[in-house]
Amino acid sequence: MVRPAHRRPGQSRKAQYSLFAAYVIAVTGAVAGLLLAVLSVVDPVGFAQLRIASHEVTAPVARATRSAIGSISGIDDAVSAYVGAGSQNRRLRKELAETRRQLVATSSLQEENRQLKALLKLQETDKSAIANGYLLTSTSTSSKRIALLSIGRNLGVEAGQPVRGADGLIGRVLGSGPSVSQVLLITDIDTIVPVRRARDGLPALAYGRGNGDLDVRTLNIANNPFKPGDILLTSGTGGLYPPNIPVAIVARRQNDGALARPLADPAKVDAVSVLRPYTPEDAEAQLLKSAPGAIPEVPKAP
Amino acid sequence: MNPKGPRLGEPASRWRMIVVPVASVMFASALPLMLPLVASSPVLPPLGLLFFLSWQLLRTEMWPVWIGLPLGLWDDLFSGAPIGTAVFLWTAASIAIAYLSQRIYWRGFFHDWAIGALLVAIIQALAALLTHPHAATGRVLGLVAPQIIVSVLLVPLFLRLTGKFDNFRLKRR
Repeated sequence: MVRPAHRRPGQSRKAQYSLFAAYVIAVTGAVAGLLLAVLSVVDPVGFAQLRIASHEVTAPVARATRSAIGSISGIDDAVSAYVGAGSQNRRLRKELAETRRQLVATSSLQEENRQLKALLKLQETDKSAIANGYLLTSTSTSSKRIALLSIGRNLGVEAGQPVRGADGLIGRVLGSGPSVSQVLLITDIDTIVPVRRARDGLPALAYGRGNGDLDVRTLNIANNPFKPGDILLTSGTGGLYPPNIPVAIVARRQNDGALARPLADPAKVDAVSVLRPYTPEDAEAQLLKSAPGAIPEVPKAP
Repeated sequence: MNPKGPRLGEPASRWRMIVVPVASVMFASALPLMLPLVASSPVLPPLGLLFFLSWQLLRTEMWPVWIGLPLGLWDDLFSGAPIGTAVFLWTAASIAIAYLSQRIYWRGFFHDWAIGALLVAIIQALAALLTHPHAATGRVLGLVAPQIIVSVLLVPLFLRLTGKFDNFRLKRR
């Protein structure tokens, strides 16, 4: 049982005034806070530095806990490897034989592919990453999906750069500090990624759902063309995200599109790359480069 | 006799009495960003908020009603919600607790739980709506609903923890 409060100041004028002043400060401050919140929704960049500064403080602890827990979580893998060693050995030997056969088949395909690529003179876009880092931690108590990246301005990370993992797109940089930066994940409820279907290039938009999944909608509402298992890539439309980065795989159809699961799970991804933001000029430059050659020469088959 | 040392049974230092509650709330607010957890939905309960409410339910007169301004600002720096959200919502919660503690004269455990649960639910829902003003309301509320349920169930635990901290805070020498 909690003791009843004695907020009533009694006859003391001084106590009455100080209580009144406390309420005035509280109400004024609360209203100011609400205005500040509305302002920072409208202009999120203005307060980004303040937040980055506070993340710089917790980042060393996050680095330490990450390395500590990362080594702990490896233990169960090691134990289960011993337990399953016999059956795993048999399975792996079978897989190896299977893979050898496939490798022979693939090597000829690879050579053919190389020739065809040379034929088309496919311009590899500048895929080199600005920097590589890893995701330290995230805002796991709020509905905003922001992860903390272990590198910042020290390695050239700036706001607005896309971030990808080995499996696919992760998000984009929201703000960068001296040694850490914030990444807004593609699953955040406010992010939209222009995508196309890998199979036929069907354009669509992927909206974050906030719970780790994506909503995919086409511009054509009349029929629902998605099938479970469809792979979605970035289309490069509108800039920012470079084209042909894997984004998600369709899990099931919905009334107005499909539900897709991101290919790169930010919780499991080990290292991520920060890429150069894609601009429409890049696409034009590519077109110009490929135009003058008209039909490129066919290389001699060996 | 050592005139400078603490005497037996002397009350805890004033410094400790002030710092322990504030530090517990501030640490709990910053803790999620120290864990190596990249969440794909709001999975952790709002630790800072739960401590903040528990302290106020346990010691209603300890803090002035404006304490939500600095502590809320600190929480906003780490939570990911737009800065000012917790400043507003936490201060409103302080005023609500101050009002309710005058209305309900003898508060019991279930009163505390009910008040804490109600305030956590309202604050988390409003914070999510303030963070995503353009998204569909139903979807945003659906997103924070599991977190609210977990937080409501955790309120008694946090009241207990706060009680432990309070014993430490007031421990006589």
